[in-house]
Amino acid sequence: MVEHRRFGNLFAYAILSIGVLIVAFPVYLCLIGSTHEQSVIANGQMPITPGGLFFETYYKTLFVGTSGTTREPVSGMLLNSFVMASVIAIGKIAISILSAYAVVYFKFPFRMTAFWLIFMTLMLPVEVRIYPTYKIAADLKMLDSYAGLTIPLIASATATLFFRQFFMTIPDELIEASKLDGAGPWRFFKDTVLPLSKTNIAALFVILFIYGWNQYLWPLLITTRDDMQTIVIGIKKMIVTADALTEWNVVMATAMLAMLPPVAVVILMQRWFVKGLVETEK
Amino acid sequence: MASVTLENVRKVYAGNVEAVKGVSLVIPNNSFTVLLGPSGCGKSTLLRMIAGLETITSGTIVIGGKVVNEVEPADRDIAMVFQNYALYPHMSVYDNMAYGLRNRGVAKDQIEVRVAEAAKLLGIDGFLKRKPRELSGGQRQRVAMGRAIVREPQAFLFDEPLSNLDAKLRVQMRIEIRGLHNRLKATSIFVTHDQVEAMTLADTVVVMNQGRIEQVGVPTEVYRRPATQFVATFIGSPAMNLMPGRVTAAGVVETSGGRIAFDPVLFDVADGQQVEVGIRPEDLQFATPGDGRLSFARAFVEELGATRLIHGTSGSASLVVAVAAAAHDGPSESLAADASSVHLFDPASGKSLRRDIRGTST
Repeated sequence: MVEHRRFGNLFAYAILSIGVLIVAFPVYLCLIGSTHEQSVIANGQMPITPGGLFFETYYKTLFVGTSGTTREPVSGMLLNSFVMASVIAIGKIAISILSAYAVVYFKFPFRMTAFWLIFMTLMLPVEVRIYPTYKIAADLKMLDSYAGLTIPLIASATATLFFRQFFMTIPDELIEASKLDGAGPWRFFKDTVLPLSKTNIAALFVILFIYGWNQYLWPLLITTRDDMQTIVIGIKKMIVTADALTEWNVVMATAMLAMLPPVAVVILMQRWFVKGLVETEK
Repeated sequence: MASVTLENVRKVYAGNVEAVKGVSLVIPNNSFTVLLGPSGCGKSTLLRMIAGLETITSGTIVIGGKVVNEVEPADRDIAMVFQNYALYPHMSVYDNMAYGLRNRGVAKDQIEVRVAEAAKLLGIDGFLKRKPRELSGGQRQRVAMGRAIVREPQAFLFDEPLSNLDAKLRVQMRIEIRGLHNRLKATSIFVTHDQVEAMTLADTVVVMNQGRIEQVGVPTEVYRRPATQFVATFIGSPAMNLMPGRVTAAGVVETSGGRIAFDPVLFDVADGQQVEVGIRPEDLQFATPGDGRLSFARAFVEELGATRLIHGTSGSASLVVAVAAAAHDGPSESLAADASSVHLFDPASGKSLRRDIRGTST
């Protein structure tokens, strides 16, 4: 669209700026809060200029932890969250790309039944089936383990559907050409389907990584040991205290740290992410 | 290289749709055979059965002396060029051509030699590192052919490979494909709905309609001696004029536009028999009125540059006359045709009444 109004974009920019401010201001406050003394926020003040304790607070947060409530340094929680989010994202992608491949390219009895069963699990997120899932995880001795944190969340109908839709757009002639070129199902998957799905995989990875990172209810149930808790749980535990004083500077620093990996994933994969959602390499 | 033999091949799809109704055909070694027909006539299905991409309901397909009904496409030793090229979008031109060879375990240095040779032959040796999307339609077409050539197969199968190209490029690629065949002498089966492609490329044209073969022959024969009314109207542009008529005497047929002579030696007809009279537009000339002439009322004229198509009616039938643009276009309202250029068909079966064709076609 070509516009030649002199102040045409001014209004749009004003709205956008307001939006950015609304999103960015709390993040800014959080960053500022993490550079002041614990007592400043506890006394009811919310400073808007940086304090001098940036390095001290972040050192304490990462390697020591709060004095009372969580007892663990945040670096461990970061690692737990990172492992959980990565395993969930990679596991979901691996399982759903294979099941979508099976549903689209193979003819087997009850193929559509299998597809609809997968489809129906869309209606059954973890929250709905939380008790049976917990029971199974507990019986399999998966409590307080990475397996327990990740495996029950890996099955994914959304990603399977996403890949199925993408595979349907790959022209049949490509499969036929592969057949004539002597490529069996596995070779066709490895040499053609997988490279063509690259951008879609990247887009899904971003979405699923953040999904895994933000998990709250499931880790809360499945982990009880302090060294297994994730950063999202950690933040919560730091705040809810009956008698101790909340160490707001550490809480703010933890919140900042909790934001970084998802932001990094989005920024690093942004180009592929947009490409994967918008176009396909065909 | 090898010959391909089809014996009573049938294809029935789910829902009892019979796409190919018993086709028998011998495609000789080193020949260029074109399967020609309108869309839905079963020509592509037939080709895909030869390639192994469709199962064969009944009958046998033999490639190079080996029955291939149950053989995987990759093991039939054929190569196929698809309508939309079906190049692997994420692979370079080189990899596209080398992929099939790698899967077959051909040695790396051998692959390099073969790809280089094919690329040079097709004039794409400058693009080997590019991706298909960076190429023009004609270049992609060449890569698709290169992918087939490097395989050195028993037979090449072409599934309407030129229909995605613009008109000018199509003519150019047509000439190149024929030139390539003259050099490689590879058994080729080419599917098209374009009669010009068929006429110019083929050693043998196989005209198909509704799952059956209508006629098999060299292009000139199919044009000059069509075995059925369908072939007569499908081949030649504009299509052959057809008008109902009745044989009144030896060598004379009467139509609603007048009486006209035919060669009684050529046709097996009896006096009083109802026939369908066919005359190609280019075989009609304007003449002075009289016996043995067709009346003609012209309706409108189409200018094609070199020729001029004059549309009109003769009695109750509509006719097209093709004349050279430079020819004298008098006011004459009467048409003449040489007796040897008049075709007669059986109105019920649509088959030619020629003595030398009757009974030989399927």
